[in-house]
Amino acid sequence: MLKKISLIITLASTTLMVTAQSVQRVPAVDIKNLDGSVFNTGKLANDGKPMLVDFWATWCGPCKAELNAIADDYADWQKETGVKLVAVSIDDARNMEKVGPYVNGKNWEYQVLLDPNGDFKRAMNVNNVPHIFLVNGSGEIVWQQNSSAPGDEEKIYELVKKVAKGESIK
Amino acid sequence: MCCFFYIHVTAQPNLGEIHGNFQTDVQYYNTDTIIGAPIVPEKVLMNGFANINYTRDNFMCGVRYESYLNALQGFDTRYKGNGFGFRFATFTKDNLTVTAGNFYEQFGSGLILRSFEERTLGIDNALDGLRLKYAPISGIYLKGFIAKQRFFFGQGEGIVRGFDGEININELSEKLAQAKLKVIVGGSFVSKYQQDNDIVYKLPENVGSGGGRLKVSYGKFTINGEYVYKINDPSIFNNFIYKDGNATLLGISYSQKGLGINLGAKRIDNMSFRSDRTATGNNLMINFLPALTKQHSYNLAASIYPYASQPNGEVSFQGDVIYTIKKDTWLGGKYGTTINVNYSEVHDINREVVNDTTSLLEPYTLGYKSDFFKIGNRVFFKDFNIEITRKISKKWKTILFYTNQVYNLDVVQGHPGEPMVYSNIAVADITYKLNASNAIRLEVEGLFTKQDMGDWAAVLLEYTYAPHWSVAVLDQYNYGNPESEKQIHYFTGNITYTKNSNRISIGYGRQRAGLLCIGGVCRIVPASNGLTLSVSSSF
Repeated sequence: MLKKISLIITLASTTLMVTAQSVQRVPAVDIKNLDGSVFNTGKLANDGKPMLVDFWATWCGPCKAELNAIADDYADWQKETGVKLVAVSIDDARNMEKVGPYVNGKNWEYQVLLDPNGDFKRAMNVNNVPHIFLVNGSGEIVWQQNSSAPGDEEKIYELVKKVAKGESIK
Repeated sequence: MCCFFYIHVTAQPNLGEIHGNFQTDVQYYNTDTIIGAPIVPEKVLMNGFANINYTRDNFMCGVRYESYLNALQGFDTRYKGNGFGFRFATFTKDNLTVTAGNFYEQFGSGLILRSFEERTLGIDNALDGLRLKYAPISGIYLKGFIAKQRFFFGQGEGIVRGFDGEININELSEKLAQAKLKVIVGGSFVSKYQQDNDIVYKLPENVGSGGGRLKVSYGKFTINGEYVYKINDPSIFNNFIYKDGNATLLGISYSQKGLGINLGAKRIDNMSFRSDRTATGNNLMINFLPALTKQHSYNLAASIYPYASQPNGEVSFQGDVIYTIKKDTWLGGKYGTTINVNYSEVHDINREVVNDTTSLLEPYTLGYKSDFFKIGNRVFFKDFNIEITRKISKKWKTILFYTNQVYNLDVVQGHPGEPMVYSNIAVADITYKLNASNAIRLEVEGLFTKQDMGDWAAVLLEYTYAPHWSVAVLDQYNYGNPESEKQIHYFTGNITYTKNSNRISIGYGRQRAGLLCIGGVCRIVPASNGLTLSVSSSF
């Protein structure tokens, strides 16, 4: 009897070990808000609703194309799913001061963060931009893509809708 | 044993997470005497790296393994062989963060200290030592470190020490958080130590620099300024003069929905700061002096006459305006039109002899004196550019770009005697979306100049099958070269497959150095010819 219980408990703890390893959360790194104040990425949350974290730069054409394409439908996306897009700019000191005017000039409604020394980019294991992550309501990264092509925004929205309903996207 | 398993299950073991990223670039080099490509005896060169990090609660540690067998063309050949180029452990407890091992760090905008990596350019001046970060109360951020700098797979001789304090006035109390005026003030001190082995001259072993910065925002306006001062620092870079150095950065911006304006001014005077006075190239830099000019992304504009900051001295100004004409108007069109106008100008600083018996920049003397408010006569760079972005319909989108530039080839690229280059560059970037998954992008560029290599034309055609595939062909043609045998085509083809975080890209052809935006991603690439395979991933 004792052997059976031990076996069950061993199997249960092994399963826990396996599930604990496959979750990826957004790491806590100090970067900046547009106004220069410190923002810790551990605080990135959206009230249990999905979140998109998109790394971009003012010199990256495909990055801007994707964010502009999403901007056209962002209001609808928010109304339907409550999704929030966090645009993290990896522009360094050369362009950092131009990010705010650029974002406002383009009428973007996203939450914009500045990562001038690549600290958050490094912590998220991003190689190059654009790189977009989809985070579910529990703060787990469920999907990511390291490219951007015209038409991607529709595919991304399909995934956002699924995550908003709590469905798995595997 | 039973108890052990019981505790194991109820304690919900948090075994942490393991993540990382990987990138490799392998190139097979063709002999190409037409473009004067260097002979590559190894035939195949490879750069690669893998980061592996372990995170659990407030603890993180990791390593980066790097491999250069041998380093790609355009990279410093001292990157050779394999090794661990980065290893660290860090933990945070009660607002104190301790990092032991390698780390990257930036104080302010980097004018006094910036340790960073740009792997595709071969830049990595990581610090190796101990760093502490402490936020004693809300609104006060303190950082300090003592470290050596990375030098290929070893360390530089010098020791670097730094301290930075920043106060966000609005975070100090609840009442201040409500204030409309927002103020962030900071100060830093960085010094380096390197032994003086010179038998003739007395060189300073400890070189210190101090800086202050201020950022004030009120409603739609923001003003920011930073000033850094460095004591005498004779080095190979400034001809071993004993003059002190300083750097000033000023910016004003105005931001509202649909309109953004940014004005900037910068002055650098003898601010090359390295932890080894004999270091050259991209090695052992302590600070970062960015160019205050537009960072171009189109091929010909970004790769042929790119401007780079002159650490020994420059004065520059920049103005940037971005405005979106509302949609559903005659001028704006159905979806709106964005116009971005930018102008920048860079000059040398004013330099005068210190006295009648010392010539300008004479080694082991004070070198020169410079009036802060005077601008030197020598022009380094001028750039007027305008970019118009317009989505014409659900299927068509265009970007039109034009720039007029003046470029001091002699100073910026180190080609003494070369004339100033006056050029005009025009670009038309058109995207046609066939349907939800298929799109074609055409980029046509022209560079028109009477100097140097003459006129260039470039055409890029990119077909994407979202979300995984992208095929592109690019031709850069120097049709206007005064020497007819140098009127060469730089032709490249590329196929890229992306799935989630995996990217595999194969390219073939001649590639000019510069920023390459292809296959939906932007990368800085060195010049090359042959077959390229790039693989990157993260987990």
